[in-house]
Amino acid sequence: MDFAYAPAPESRDVVDIRPSYGLFVDGAFTDGHGEPFKTIDPATEEPLAEIASADASDVDRAVAAARAAQEKVWGPMPGRERAKYLFRIARLVQERSRELAVLESIDNGKPIRESRDVDLPLVAAHFFYYAGWADKLEYAGLGPAPRPLGVAAQIIPWNFPLLMLAWKIAPALAGGNTVVLKPAETTPLTALAFADLCRQAELPPGVVNIVTGAGETGALLAAHPGVDKVAFTGSTAVGRSIARTLAGTGRRLTLELGGKAANIVFDDAALDQAVEGVVNGIFFNQGHVCCAGSRLLVQETVADEFLERLRARVSTLRVGDPLDKNTDVGAINSAAQLARIRELADAGEAEGARRWSPACELPSRGFWFAPTIFTGVAQSHRVAREEIFGPVLSVLTFRTPAEAVEKANNTPYGLSAGVWSEKGSRTLWVAQRLRAGVVWANTFNKFDPASPFGGYKESGYGREGGRHGLEAYLHV
Amino acid sequence: MSTETSLSGAELRAYLHGLPGVDQVGADERAARLATRSVKADAKAAAIDLAITMVDLTTLEGADTPGKVRALCAKAAQPDPADPSVPKVAAVCVYPDRVADAVDALRGTGIGVASVATAFPSGRAPMDAKLADTRAAVAAGASEIDMVIDRGAFLSGDYAKVYEEIVATKEACGDAHLKVIFETGELVTYDNVRRASWLAMRAGADFIKTSTGKVAPAATLPVTLVMLEAVRDYRAQTGRQVGVKPAGGIRTTKDAIKYLVLVNETAGPDWLTPDWFRLGASSLLNDLLMQRRRRATGAYADPDHFTLD
Amino acid sequence: MSRLDVRKTYKLYIGGAFPRSESGRAYPVTDAKGRFLAHAARASRKDVRDAVVAARKAFGGWSGRTPYNRGQILYRIAEMLEGRRAQFVAELRDAGLGKDAAGAEVDAAVDRLVWYAGWADKLAAVGGSANPVSGPFFNFSTPEPTGVVGVVAPDSPLLGLVSVVAPVIVSGNTAVVLASEPAPLPAITFAEVLATSDLPGGVVNLLTGRRAELAPWLASHGDVDALDLAGVAADAVTALEEAAADTLKRVFAPTGDDWADEPGTARMTAFLEVKTVWHSVGV
Repeated sequence: MDFAYAPAPESRDVVDIRPSYGLFVDGAFTDGHGEPFKTIDPATEEPLAEIASADASDVDRAVAAARAAQEKVWGPMPGRERAKYLFRIARLVQERSRELAVLESIDNGKPIRESRDVDLPLVAAHFFYYAGWADKLEYAGLGPAPRPLGVAAQIIPWNFPLLMLAWKIAPALAGGNTVVLKPAETTPLTALAFADLCRQAELPPGVVNIVTGAGETGALLAAHPGVDKVAFTGSTAVGRSIARTLAGTGRRLTLELGGKAANIVFDDAALDQAVEGVVNGIFFNQGHVCCAGSRLLVQETVADEFLERLRARVSTLRVGDPLDKNTDVGAINSAAQLARIRELADAGEAEGARRWSPACELPSRGFWFAPTIFTGVAQSHRVAREEIFGPVLSVLTFRTPAEAVEKANNTPYGLSAGVWSEKGSRTLWVAQRLRAGVVWANTFNKFDPASPFGGYKESGYGREGGRHGLEAYLHV
Repeated sequence: MSTETSLSGAELRAYLHGLPGVDQVGADERAARLATRSVKADAKAAAIDLAITMVDLTTLEGADTPGKVRALCAKAAQPDPADPSVPKVAAVCVYPDRVADAVDALRGTGIGVASVATAFPSGRAPMDAKLADTRAAVAAGASEIDMVIDRGAFLSGDYAKVYEEIVATKEACGDAHLKVIFETGELVTYDNVRRASWLAMRAGADFIKTSTGKVAPAATLPVTLVMLEAVRDYRAQTGRQVGVKPAGGIRTTKDAIKYLVLVNETAGPDWLTPDWFRLGASSLLNDLLMQRRRRATGAYADPDHFTLD
Repeated sequence: MSRLDVRKTYKLYIGGAFPRSESGRAYPVTDAKGRFLAHAARASRKDVRDAVVAARKAFGGWSGRTPYNRGQILYRIAEMLEGRRAQFVAELRDAGLGKDAAGAEVDAAVDRLVWYAGWADKLAAVGGSANPVSGPFFNFSTPEPTGVVGVVAPDSPLLGLVSVVAPVIVSGNTAVVLASEPAPLPAITFAEVLATSDLPGGVVNLLTGRRAELAPWLASHGDVDALDLAGVAADAVTALEEAAADTLKRVFAPTGDDWADEPGTARMTAFLEVKTVWHSVGV
């Protein structure tokens, strides 16, 4: 029988989107002096709000506010007091989690199931985790008397807007730094809601400043001589340019950039769970994940059977309305990103890889891309080398563990990798040899505030999360 | 019907241990994620009715009497006396010595009579006794036999014994359908559940069933997931379809719908009929009826409007 | 009649061998008073390229050694250095140090190697962690070597050199080292120590020549993963960091070290990557 679930939309009533938003500087919303821009709902292309854009003078103002707050209030404040503010923020995130999840899904296009069950719980957990560090920094094993760096400029991407904000702000504040954060142009709303939450927490003005704008605002912030540290998550190209900007300045920099992760499936893997892991690896968050398992490396002995199972499973993915509680794959975040995914997928076809998608009806408005699997992919194909940042999986095969490792490492990136096997010794052998900052064995796309995250090679440097994540915000 | 009777113990062992493993964390995660599916509106109404038709309404107590069984059978045929549009359940499940009572009470309703057998629930009896138990139930008119496997033999690696008992019981069933109960709470690991599933299917089981209801944990979503994967793969490999029955611990409409979602997204819609999927339960039925009433009236119902049988 | 000395030809150290520069170039090295001491090879960009190839080739084997084995080899380097103490004192005196200072510098260099040797099998414990994640996963982080590190050694000809090379290789990195430009001879002699210390060829590759000519090739090289700019003049740092940005190298900028100070762990951790492994925990 045909077992339909019927639409199950999460209510939008829990969010109140204002027609326009200013910058959050020194504890207050203020006008920006750049040309305002609109943020839209990528599932409908409807405009959501008008957002202020920060120009050089606005960035100056935000950095000055952060500096004053750092020197006069936040830096001198005892760690135990900073901790309590961060705990307060964690609690407020929990209290407002449904609202923030819905807002995230509306602005970003990600399924509510993920914003509700993954993003928001991790945001709260991240603040809760680093809150506990604020008065224990000398026990972090980094040095006997760690000191804050000062003002941190933080530039975050659109794929996990509020979660990336948490990854940036929580350790910075725990370490006694103040921040100026720029959310992505296409997903500013949850950062602005977070600004409101900071006011509810009565966080001292200037400790957290949020400046919205496009890439130019980010460039101004990264290059600002008044900041002591820059933390950036985003594309490798922009990461390079920030590193160049900071050359010779002595300012600290951490970069969390792109990836092209291999998900390695051995023939002795728990196949059904490996199928789930591969699906979760590439279709989670529409594949807008820097650590996405975008390359499946499957052992030839089991490749046909595995692919058959994988296709059957992908056929059950439900693509559509991000606010529907049953949606597995939501909207692509922007027209520009959709164009890039299309361009690379077309290149995959042109280069001779076989393209497959399940039958799935995509909404007529908004930005959508069906889950796609390329088989017959060679290492030389663009779909095997370039980060697509979309729901597109490239399948390659291997014969021996050494070949799997060689192919997995044969990329300029080194952010993450997956290994699926029921043989522990081989899993560890492979994990040791993968040049990647995160290796998931019999799981994928797992995150936790206690677990360091970050890349090797051109996936960037520095770690976020755990004890290691503190180092990025401290003189030790 | 493809049963194989010529497998040696060593071959069986090699075969069963060669099946792909099950990663517990991944299976738990998958089941938990499917449990977040939200079934609304008309879809929910259809799901409730479907669930009712899949219920094996069960009483398996030492205190069971003919009167108790007759009352249960009446409930099975007309779950909600106030609402004749409620469908009837799939079967009534009783001990072998109560089969005759159930057959008598259900005559002409089209509702099956299932009997547990083979020294249910422990299975700790001589083979002759188990087969006699089965034959007695069939002779009394049971259309379905729910046998238990010898978990001791399974856990000690004597797969051949388990296999042969299923083959022999199947033979004793004649035309009655054979459901094979694993008692997954005693097999413990999902690897064992998968092995037991393939063992039972290859020995000729028509249905594989999680639990007796007498051991905790009884049915769980991940255990059922693993079994659904097994029947899906077995049909792909052999062409023969085998049914699945979670039993025990399924008490609410919410639980039942989670199982239906699990079936839908694992084995697929082909299994979404009482022929291929059953819910072994007793108190579940009233919750389904109450939810159904709420949908019809728009108000939450009073349990005393539903019969306790 | 007194015997005529047999002089040493100072060459490069690449892949465990001592080749001349492929360019055929050399430059005269003088002592503190301007007297000619010897010619040092003047390496070219192609020597940099060859050295990087050798370092990359050595990386897998060296990083795959057990930490205990790497520690023993670093200790062996200390032993060999100690055994050639008199030779280094003489070379350091040629480079302008007084007798006591030269002796103290050699002693400090030996002690530094011993200090770093002991780190080999402790770095993972001190720099790693077991992470208590909220879920059924075993999760641990371990530091791993970054890869090939380009090192511009400071002018402190022996202690400075040892202080920048040891922290790079102790964790399993391999190195391409540009020696002090004015005082390169102790570096080449140190390469002889390395060559007789069971250190696999290619783990440390030592080039002499013009830093301003060679450092940019290291900084822009796509197969160099990190840089230690200890010996780079302040006004040259920016350009090298810019070049390094294109390949996202990890860069350890000059910090005005006094090489006699306790080194701390910063130079080791600068060339480590933290890898975090998750594994499901179930039955």
